[in-house]
Amino acid sequence: MPEEKQIAPQDKEFDRRAFFVKLGLGSLSIAAAGTVAFAYQFLSPNILYEPSPIVNAGKPENYAVNSVTLDVNSGIYLIHAQEGFFALSAICTHLGCMTAWKPELGIIACPCHGSKFKRDGEKIEGPAPKPLPWLQTSISDEGDLMVDRSVTIRPMQFVRV
Amino acid sequence: MAKTVTNYFEELRGTRVWRSVFRGGTGSSTLRRALAIQQNVFLHLFSTKVRTRMLSFSTTWYLGTLTLGTFLILVATGIPLMFYYHPSVPQAYADTKDVQFVVSSGLFLRNLHRWSAHAMVFLVFAHMFKVFYRGAYRPPREFNWVIGVILLLVTLLLSYTGYLLPWDQLAFWAITVGSNIASAVPVMGNKVHFLMLGGNMVNANALLRFYVLHCMILPLVAMLFVAVHFWRIRKDGGLYAHQSEPRTVAAQSVPAAAKGAQ
Repeated sequence: MPEEKQIAPQDKEFDRRAFFVKLGLGSLSIAAAGTVAFAYQFLSPNILYEPSPIVNAGKPENYAVNSVTLDVNSGIYLIHAQEGFFALSAICTHLGCMTAWKPELGIIACPCHGSKFKRDGEKIEGPAPKPLPWLQTSISDEGDLMVDRSVTIRPMQFVRV
Repeated sequence: MAKTVTNYFEELRGTRVWRSVFRGGTGSSTLRRALAIQQNVFLHLFSTKVRTRMLSFSTTWYLGTLTLGTFLILVATGIPLMFYYHPSVPQAYADTKDVQFVVSSGLFLRNLHRWSAHAMVFLVFAHMFKVFYRGAYRPPREFNWVIGVILLLVTLLLSYTGYLLPWDQLAFWAITVGSNIASAVPVMGNKVHFLMLGGNMVNANALLRFYVLHCMILPLVAMLFVAVHFWRIRKDGGLYAHQSEPRTVAAQSVPAAAKGAQ
């Protein structure tokens, strides 16, 4: 039965060629996965030269009672309410535009897509999904108002001087 | 005066140097004309022969060709603009203004670039509508439609990345809004946003990334897919054109033909 002997090696599911093909493809897959990881890490900056999230808003005396002050550079409102001071993010929660205080209406309005907020950040109308967040505010040792834009707090937590 | 300009040109085409560049050779026979297309690296993407009705205005309104025209204008005007533009926060806006008011012909180049960009987006949409309503996307051309959709996306991304480069208020807030839309991607939205801008806000990294995408990566991707797009026209049997025979007549003659075949 010489014919069967010739067929037998082909019937083997795993010969040397298949092994090397699998080895090669496996190595290429690992290399491809490594390239993706490499590219992802390369494209994610490890150091950011962005402004500090902590903003010095100056002396509390500079803010009159019932005043709303927008700092366009840092994107925060410093508000001196009857109950005390608080800071509100001026970045619209919809798509990140800078909102503006409308003193004649007593509301905060976004120029991009028409969201409107009350002075305490609560949404009145528009596409914004969330109210404007309250930002952690404290008094420094020098007596300056410090706002940390990276920390949001629950509303109605006023800072009294 | 024995020799005309045509004679001189014929003589030139017979020289050894010319023949080494254009191997198709002289003459206007059908074969020579076909070889002139087939043996040219740029033209060989196209069919060597086309039906005249494929080239009639009503077939395509030349919208694809016009889109290519705007793309070539954008490349030709974009490269000179790169000589005067620094993609850095302190310089980008000033450079844009310099191009407008100081650089010779800068205003012309910038405006041509801008208007062509607007025209290209319009023409891409018009081209796709024309293809869609004519039914030219149907098999065997369905894959070329897919490439067309990719080219639409590349066009929009080119438009979007170019929008940031003047670094004015319009650019800054448009990219702020646009990148925040990207962060609406489920699960990995914030990561996409971070990678896109190279940070948490539209800043120096974002400007540089958009510049590289706009001037290098996206044009190369566009050229690659444009080449495939043109090549597929030939492979899919040329531009889609209606049969010269009216459709009703063609429909009636089909059963008869089928009967005859039986």
